[in-house]
Amino acid sequence: MVAPRYETVKTLYPYAAVAAQTAPAQRHPVVVVGGGPVGLALALDLGQRGTPVLLLDDHEGPGLGSKAICFAKRTLDIAHRLGAAGPMLKKGVVWNVGRVFHGDGQVFEFDLLPEDGHRHPAFINLQQPCFEEYLHAAITCAQKAGAPIEIRGRNRVTGLTDHDNHVSLDVDTPDGAYTVEADYLIACDGARSPIRNHLGLSFDGRVFEDNFLIADVRMTADFPTERWFWFQPPFEHAGQSALLHKQPDDVWRIDFQLGWDIDRDLELDPDRIRTRVDAMLSSQTGTVPDYELVWTSIYTFQCRRMKSFRQGRTFFAGDSAHQVSPFGARGANSGVQDAENLAWKLDLVLKGDAPDALLDTYCREREYAADENILNSSRATDFMTPKSKASTSFRDAVLELAGRHAFARPLVNSGRLSAPCVYDGLPGFGPDALDGPAATRPGAACPDAQMGNRYLLDQITGGFQIITIGDVSVGPDAPCAVLSITDVSPSLRARFLGDAPTAVYLLRPDQHIIGRWPTWDGAAITAALASSKGKQCR
Amino acid sequence: MPLNLAPNIPDPDGFYDELLAQFEGLSDEDAEALKSRLILILANHIGDRATLTDAFAAAKAR
Ligand SMILES: Cc1cc2nc3c(=O)[nH]c(=O)nc-3n(C[C@H](O)[C@H](O)[C@H](O)COP(=O)(O)OP(=O)(O)OC[C@H]3O[C@@H](n4cnc5c(N)ncnc54)[C@H](O)[C@@H]3O)c2cc1C
Repeated sequence: MVAPRYETVKTLYPYAAVAAQTAPAQRHPVVVVGGGPVGLALALDLGQRGTPVLLLDDHEGPGLGSKAICFAKRTLDIAHRLGAAGPMLKKGVVWNVGRVFHGDGQVFEFDLLPEDGHRHPAFINLQQPCFEEYLHAAITCAQKAGAPIEIRGRNRVTGLTDHDNHVSLDVDTPDGAYTVEADYLIACDGARSPIRNHLGLSFDGRVFEDNFLIADVRMTADFPTERWFWFQPPFEHAGQSALLHKQPDDVWRIDFQLGWDIDRDLELDPDRIRTRVDAMLSSQTGTVPDYELVWTSIYTFQCRRMKSFRQGRTFFAGDSAHQVSPFGARGANSGVQDAENLAWKLDLVLKGDAPDALLDTYCREREYAADENILNSSRATDFMTPKSKASTSFRDAVLELAGRHAFARPLVNSGRLSAPCVYDGLPGFGPDALDGPAATRPGAACPDAQMGNRYLLDQITGGFQIITIGDVSVGPDAPCAVLSITDVSPSLRARFLGDAPTAVYLLRPDQHIIGRWPTWDGAAITAALASSKGKQCR
Repeated sequence: MPLNLAPNIPDPDGFYDELLAQFEGLSDEDAEALKSRLILILANHIGDRATLTDAFAAAKAR
């Protein structure tokens, strides 16, 4: 019957009976289960590449409640390529000033002046349901332009069988059950992943013994658009740390880190929450602004990942594959990178242009990325919640010194913002024949740069791409599209040349750099491209 | 910069005296906090990651 498991914000993909429900099971090249940020991004990317995709979700739109609010530059770059970034940037809040407090006092403040030569800011704050809605809007647009994407709302996967050459799914709907078959199944069904459970796969890691009270408050009072973070907040019952962050629509996100042994019902008492929020909001000005509690909830967090993101013909992406604590905003941001890593590979394999082994590089790369995210997120948690007397003493020493000396500020860790993983040393990357900047070494996501009044990332095609910089004569043997840049802006020079006079870069469809050379070398470029597709060429 | 474990402080007695003087009259907790600050300041001054790793190992070995 598909009873809802949670309330939705709005209906984006209402249930509609389809003929397939009463016909023999139909085979689809790709079935994506789950219409969260990851499943939507994956479906959109695949569809735009022309690979047919069916997305099943057991609700009809984004869930209500507080989830992700912080979306990083790489996510915006990806959304831009997918044609979904416009409304995100329009609605999202950009902030630059952050303040760090320890108890009563301010330790330091920082101003994240935007780095020039990037189309997108380092991140924006936007409610997750909006992010999902804009991805969905881009899907609707793509569908109109002929992209083979189908979404079936209120279609719940209740079981699956892995046959050798396909997977069959039991799907429940308001009109009863039916079967769907998939060449490849992608489980984007969230942290509790029913598909992972059906397959009996484990999801091990570290539980952080901590509860976070999240309160979203609406206030129209004049209040600075800044990020405030407290270690050991001085307000009553405020816990170990507290965070205040602005979202669109006059809503502020407030987090209180409450510790492990708490009485959930007591902590969710609105009067008790208001006492803390009053104290926080008035701490710098002395007066309590008018506000309204929009949403409150208590979360616990874990850092864990699946051992392998692939099981036969089933792949896991996003929270189903890995979970991190929220510090650093690495959940949805890394999940969207999973989606873009997998999309072009599935597309090439299904079109017969690459061997199935290419799909194993998805696992290798994204498992590596998940480990990096878990490491970052665990380190932030260890700084915020010292686990011993010695670590408390060092933490407090760092905070005290940071107030007086710049050297200690980089040690303060309230979360390191999600940045794309560099696939250092993984197969399919290289060579690095240029003595160039570290930021653009093979494995890195190609950074943006200024090109006249345009941006570099706008000029690349979405397939494999060669970029030549400076006076390079391109041979007749280019294996893919070439972008030749002769008018080299300062940001382009700094990011791609360093001291080198010219450079040639080869990019994958997900904009990660495969290799780079000082001058044109058609044979080397062709070999690197083949190796990136998983072909045994070198 | 390899970790220097040969004598390097001119005036060793004066240095040791000054070091102890910093902790005079401090509670255990304040002494602990002072040590932490001192370690961080010195570590930053050294800066070189490999040297710091060698220093950790030298301090731990017994
Ligand atoms: C308080 C909080 C703050 C956060 N802040 C951030 C942040 O600032 N930045 C950030 O990047 N991340 C943040 N995160 C993490 C982020 O919310 C998640 O990483 C993200 O939602 C994962 O997306 P997903 O698509 O993998 O899974 P989900 O969003 O969980 O989506 C899974 C989808 O699958 C559907 N589904 C499940 N089972 C079935 C089934 N059997 N059949 C069909 N459909 C099914 C569900 O209904 C759902 O629509 C935060 C999380 C929390 C809780």
